[in-house]
This record gives sequence, C-alpha cells and structure tokens, in this order.
Amino acid sequence: MVIGDIERKLRLQNFEYSAPVTVKEAIDLLAGDNCGARILAGGTDLIVQLRQGHLSTDRVVDIKRLPDCNKLSYDPSEGLILGAAVPCHRIYGDETIVKTYPGLIDAAAIIGGIQIQGRATVGGNLCNSSPSADTIPILIAYRAECEIAGPTGTRKVPVEDFCTAPGKNILQKGEILLALHLPSVAKSSGAHYLRFIPRFEMDIAVVGAGAYVELDEEGRSFKKARIGLAAVAPTPLFAREAGDLLQGKEVSEASIDAAALAAQSIARPISDMRAPAEYRKHLVKVLTKRALWGAVRRARGEFVPNAVQENGR
Amino acid sequence: MSRKLYVNTTINGEEIEFLCEPRQSLLEVLRDDLEMTGTKEGCNDGNCGACNVIMDGVLMNSCLVLAAEAQNRNISTIEGLATPQGLHPLQQKFLENASLQCGVCTPGFLMAAKSLLDHNPDPTEHEVRHWLAGNLCRCTGYDKIVRAVCDAADVVKETA
Ligand SMILES: Cc1cc2nc3c(=O)[nH]c(=O)nc-3n(C[C@H](O)[C@H](O)[C@H](O)COP(=O)(O)OP(=O)(O)OC[C@H]3O[C@@H](n4cnc5c(N)ncnc54)[C@H](O)[C@@H]3O)c2cc1C
Ligand code: FES
Ligand code: FES
Repeated sequence: MVIGDIERKLRLQNFEYSAPVTVKEAIDLLAGDNCGARILAGGTDLIVQLRQGHLSTDRVVDIKRLPDCNKLSYDPSEGLILGAAVPCHRIYGDETIVKTYPGLIDAAAIIGGIQIQGRATVGGNLCNSSPSADTIPILIAYRAECEIAGPTGTRKVPVEDFCTAPGKNILQKGEILLALHLPSVAKSSGAHYLRFIPRFEMDIAVVGAGAYVELDEEGRSFKKARIGLAAVAPTPLFAREAGDLLQGKEVSEASIDAAALAAQSIARPISDMRAPAEYRKHLVKVLTKRALWGAVRRARGEFVPNAVQENGR
Repeated sequence: MSRKLYVNTTINGEEIEFLCEPRQSLLEVLRDDLEMTGTKEGCNDGNCGACNVIMDGVLMNSCLVLAAEAQNRNISTIEGLATPQGLHPLQQKFLENASLQCGVCTPGFLMAAKSLLDHNPDPTEHEVRHWLAGNLCRCTGYDKIVRAVCDAADVVKETA
C-alpha cells in the first residue's frame, strides 16, 4: 500500500453536517437539491461505507436530535415504539423491553461488540438493508411496522416489505424511518432470535432465524407463529407459510420439524467467504427449529437467556 | 473544504472548544487537533477498539463518531484515567501483569475495561472476555489483559 492509499483510508471525503431538530427540517435537507444527502443514526455502517468509498455524500443528516427518533416507549395495548435513533444499549438497558420483547434483545445484544452497541441502532440495521442484518428477522417475526415520514406525508410499511435487494429498500428520496412499531404481545407468547457464526462474538450471521409464537393457555398448541430469516436470500425473508403451518398444531418435534423444513424450502442462499450454499441450507432448518423451541420455552415461562444475561452485562 | 463547525464539549472534565471539518471523526480531532494522542487508531472501521472513548457514560469507537457529534457531550479518554494521585488500578494491574507489548491496543482496552467496571464491578473471567470482545490485540494473546482486568476489579471493589 502506498502512502496515498493510507491517507484515503484515514480521511472521509468532504461533506456538510446537519443535526436538525424537527422532522420537517430533516426532510427538507434530504429532499433538497443536494441529492447526495445521507442519514446518520449510529454511523456504524454509514461511516464505514463512506470511508471505504462504497458510498458518497455531500451532506450527512444526523437524526439523533429528532425527538420522534428517540422515542422508546411501551404500552400494553399499543405495543412498543422504537425510535430509529435509539442505540442497542438503550434497548437492552430497559427492563420492560427485556421482559416483553426478549427476541428483540437477542438480536440487539449481539450486534458487534459493546462499543458498537453503544451506537448502532435497529433502525440503521434495517435501513442498511443487509440480507444478514441481525434485527430484521425478529422484527418480521414480531410483525413490526416502519413509520416513515417524507415530503408527501407519513406512511406505514410492514418490515417484511421494506428491503428490496442487498443494501436497497423502499425508502424514496427525502424519506426517513422515524420509528418501528412492534405490536403488543399476547399472553402465552414468546420469541427468540439466534444466528450461526464460527466465533463467539463479533461476526456477521452465516444464517439467522427469528421466531415469534403464541400458544394456547396450557402451552400445548400453537395459536400463531411467525418466522423471519437472515442471510439465505438477497433480502431478509418472511417465512410466512412455515409459520402458518403451525397454526392450531400441537407443540411437538414433528410440528416444529415440519415448519423448519418449510422455512428451509424457501431459502435460496449463495456461497460466499462465510459459507457454501449447501451449509446455509442445512443451517436454516437447524436454526429455525432452535428459534421455535426457544420461543416456545419463553412462551411457557421458562428462562432462555440472551447475550446480556449470559454475560453478566 | 466545507465550512468549519464550532464544537463545545467536555473532555475529561474540562470544557473544550474546537473547530472541525464536518468530515472529521472524533478520533481525528482528538489526535490531530487536540493533541490527545493517547487514543489510538488501529483499523479505523470499528473492528479493533483501539479508539475507544466513553461518551456520556457509553463506550464507543471514536473512529465511527463524527467530531461534530461531540457538541454538549461529556467525553472520557485515556488521558483522564490516571489522576494526580496516581495510576488507575486498571493501569497499575496492566503494568504488574505485563499486559502490553507494543501498547497500541492498550488505551482502548483500558477504556473498555473502565466501562466494564462502571457497569459491573465484580465481573467473572467469562464476563471480562465477553465485554472485551470488540478489542483486538496482536501481541499479548489476551490472557494477561484479562488477568489484569480481574485483578483491577478486586482492587476497585476493595477501595469502593
Ligand atoms: C465492528 C462491526 C460489527 C458489526 N456487527 C454486526 C452484527 O453482528 N450484526 C449486524 O446486523 N450488523 C453488524 N454491524 C453493522 C452495523 O453495526 C449495524 O447494521 C447497525 O445496526 C447499523 O446501525 P447504525 O445506527 O449505526 O446505522 P447507520 O450507519 O447510521 O445507518 C445505516 C444506513 O441506514 C441509513 N439510515 C439510518 N437511519 C435511517 C433512518 N432513520 N431513515 C432512513 N435511513 C436511515 C443510513 O443512511 C445508512 O445508509 C457491525 C458493524 C461494525 C462496524
Ligand atoms: S480504530 Fe476505531 S475501532 Fe479500530
Ligand atoms: S500490545 Fe500490541 S496490539 Fe496489544
């Protein structure tokens, strides 16, 4: 490497920085003629990609001062409002959320290391729209919706309809993800996300699977199940049929195996440096099973620890 | 070049003002403009933790923070770890355990360990290893670092 290359790695290109305090101001900045504006949440994807030269920009719009993006509130009838600028550590630092949305914690507590979780947001994880993003499968499983504001007003879009290709999503010019809305969870319900990585920490999912289940009062049969998958297709996948198969079924190895097979059948993974496609195909089945069993155990009131509880954080 | 931004912030308890380019990271401003070179640059992409600082009580990689974001924040860097009374127990135990060789990773490990002890004054070895997973060291093989953090935790507990 020559000195010039090293300097390029060091320096980010020139851009303007704005930290608007109203959504309107933010939209105006993003929709204005400087069409190269980009949103900054935690910056753990954006700054890396700008530095690597994968992205360029002439204005960075920091959304961390927008009150709408900093909301983190739970109401038993309304569910959870998770502002797009809320970093992971705030999510797993909130006891109510840890208790109510354990599947979300499974994902938020494994993104990078502690110092990444001090900055990284779930909104940024979704908007970066990587097929391997850890929070997207569980957002899908929880039936989360995106609240999006733009020049022509606001709209709501289910998370499973958000990503369109690796790094691409449905956001139009000038649009901002303000918050994610997770519906309230039923009484006998549970959720679990897990991924396979060849290390203990600090790696990108080879495959990830998230499940949300609702059981009958005795915890014996499924009332409902939703499954989301990561890193097995160009976008995160909603394994709708796999979840629907479980509706009304008894909780058993057989019913869960059948759902895992259905999830496996829609996976169309690629081979890359992390794993060959065949291995990913195998993993989808294994991880879907484990995610479902983890969700079932939590629905039955059993303790299934997340990364925070396992590691004394 | 974009117009410079005025930033007013607190670093290690001292109010500091600086001008920065919007594109500058906090790491760059600390090292190049404020001459606080204790915070190190390893990878510059969030993977090594050499650049760790604590901002408003939260551990983060200063290479992934824009300097402009430091406005009205409270930042702790390695320069603030020792006091006029002496080294922080973490620093002392790093010395006693020979937990560094080249030393480039050390400030980052110390800040990460500081934030661990702030959150969890009595960590197990497993918990120390987990908390430090975002820090890389190319020299020591980690064991001596982990031992030093466990030893320092004992000291901090006793003096608390
Ligand atoms: C060392 C390291 C380890 C990592 N480990 C993991 C991991 O284990 N799992 C994982 O999934 N990811 C991982 N990542 C990637 C990254 O940390 C996550 O994707 C993170 O959640 C991104 O959030 P952010 O707030 O930092 O996003 P940013 O970088 O701020 O934004 C990401 C993208 O989304 C856009 N954006 C952000 N917010 C909005 C919004 N509200 N509206 C519209 N667009 C928006 C930005 O313009 C940008 O393009 C890792 C990154 C690093 C550097
Ligand atoms: S220099 Fe910031 S993480 Fe490596
Ligand atoms: S002492 Fe050299 S990198 Fe850790």
